[in-house]
Order: sequence, then C-alpha cells, then structure tokens
Amino acid sequence: MTTLRYVYAVCRPFEAPLQAQLTGVSGDPPRLLPHGDLVAVVSHVPEADFSEQALRGHLEDLDWLTGTARAHQQVVDALTAVITPLPLRLATVFRDDSGVRVMLEEREAAFGRTLDRLDGCVEWGVKVHVEAEPEPAAAPAAPGPKPASGRDYLRQRRQQSRAKDDLWTRAEEFATGLHRSLSDTAEDARLHAPQDPRLSGAAGRNVLNAAYLVHRDVSEEFVESVDRRAKDDTPGIRVELTGPWAAYSFAGEEDAGEEDVKDKNPGEAP
Amino acid sequence: MTVVERREISLVDLLDRLLATGVVITGDLTLRIADVDLVRIDLNAMISSVNRNVPSPFED
Repeated sequence: MTTLRYVYAVCRPFEAPLQAQLTGVSGDPPRLLPHGDLVAVVSHVPEADFSEQALRGHLEDLDWLTGTARAHQQVVDALTAVITPLPLRLATVFRDDSGVRVMLEEREAAFGRTLDRLDGCVEWGVKVHVEAEPEPAAAPAAPGPKPASGRDYLRQRRQQSRAKDDLWTRAEEFATGLHRSLSDTAEDARLHAPQDPRLSGAAGRNVLNAAYLVHRDVSEEFVESVDRRAKDDTPGIRVELTGPWAAYSFAGEEDAGEEDVKDKNPGEAP
Repeated sequence: MTVVERREISLVDLLDRLLATGVVITGDLTLRIADVDLVRIDLNAMISSVNRNVPSPFED
C-alpha cells in the first residue's frame, strides 16, 4: 500500500516524550522527522484516502472530516503540552519524507521567525454571543396588558424594538471593551469572522469571535480576566472561552498582511 | 448570570481553527488542496449534515 506523509506541525527539536498511545489521522502514531533545527511531526497515511481526489470526496463526508479533525487536533494538543508547535492547516500531505524535508529546508528561516514569535505562547478563543431576545428580566417594559388598540400595539412594538436596540448597543460596547482589555494581556490578537449560529448551534448571534496569543505565564491571569468580565455582563450577553489551543490563528507570517485584513473584516450577520 | 462557558471543543470551533488558520503550505510538494475550496466544501457539508432543515447559504 502506498503511503503519503501527513504533517501536523513544525517545531523546534524537543526531548520530552509525547503521550503514549497517541495515534494520528489514520491510526499511525506520529513520528518526528528532524531536519536542521526543525522537526516536522508526521504520520503515514494511505494514498487511497489522502490523494487529492480522495480528499475532495472525503472532505464532504462530515463523519470522516470530524474524525480527521479530532485526530489532527489530538496530535497538536499533545505537542502543545510539551512544546510550542507551529500547526499546519488540516490535510497538509506530502508524497514522501524527502518532500517534507525539502519543505522544511525551503521555509527554514520563516518557520524559525514564527516559532520565535510564538515561543511559550498558547491561543485562547473568546466569543461573545447576544441572545436574540432579551431575557424577560432584562425587558424594561413589563409584559403589559393585551393592547387595547392599534396605537397601544404599536407603542408596545416600539418599546420592544428599543429594548432590542439597547441590547445590541450594550453588546457592542461590551465586546469592544472586552477585546480591548484582553488585548492588553495578550501578545497579539486576531478577529475572526463571527460564527454562523446555524453551524455552531449557539443561541443568539455571535458578535465577537476573537483569538488571543497569550504567554503561558499569564494564561491563568487571562482566563481569570475573561471570567471576571463575563460575570459583570448584562443579561442576554454570553461569553464563551475555548483553549488553550496551539497558536493556530497566529501561525501565518507577520508580513502575510492580506489574511489579516480579511480576518479583521467581520462577516455579516446571518 | 453568565459564567464563562467551557466545554468540549465543538466541531465548529475545531474546524474554525483547522480549516481557516494554521500554516498553509503551497507548492509542487503538497497535493495542493486549495484552502478556499476546503472551507467551502466543509461548510456545505456541515450545513447539510449538521442541520438538514436549513438551506445552504451558498445556494442563494
């Protein structure tokens, strides 16, 4: 069976053992492929599943995609526990070891710069959601009597929509303030496009979807600060924290400005 | 009321990271899966599989 090389991440050489029984995307344990001052973390995958054509088919199969993404993440997580890895995009596949070595050789300087920049840091994801409807307690107008007339009805509607506008304004202010204060603790920050609630299944609308590059030493402080801000928030606004991740959102080269610009332009609401 | 939510990483968060971020290697060496295609493929797959009642936004 022909095998290809699936690359999870690039790191500096390290001594610490990876967790035992770690398996990669096709059940093959990840191996270290050193070249110069870099190490690629690689596993063997069958060409039958990872050729370009096979991948195109598989990527439309959600079960396959989920399994592959979880396995990829497991390897990157295990690396993150012992070192600062530079994670590659899902499904980065080479024909053989020498292909991986050539890639490391060609990008040695760029990888080195990025690894230095990320050294000792992890990524935290912070999202702010606004519930579509304010919670009953937050509604300024008590659920009044049934409208007696068309005019009453319109007045009630106006009040409801004003309450909603207030919530949006508060949410925006909250998200802006949160982002500003978290950015102070973080080495770097990225704004991702808000998630479509139809995909995330999260209630309400996602108004902030940010990633923060945080030094491990201050990670605890960062998490506490998210907790603190979340406790102060108003009803109808929800804060969600994910991480620690490997520094996925900061893996691009600094001068790859285009992607940043794209990232800073939040997508429209659904 | 709100306490920061921390739960198992959801698929959408995972794919948000794995498909839209991370180092992209292009060149003759890789099999060159265009990243844009990748994201579109998945989102289509996710929308139709995760929530079959919701029409895909790409068909509008």
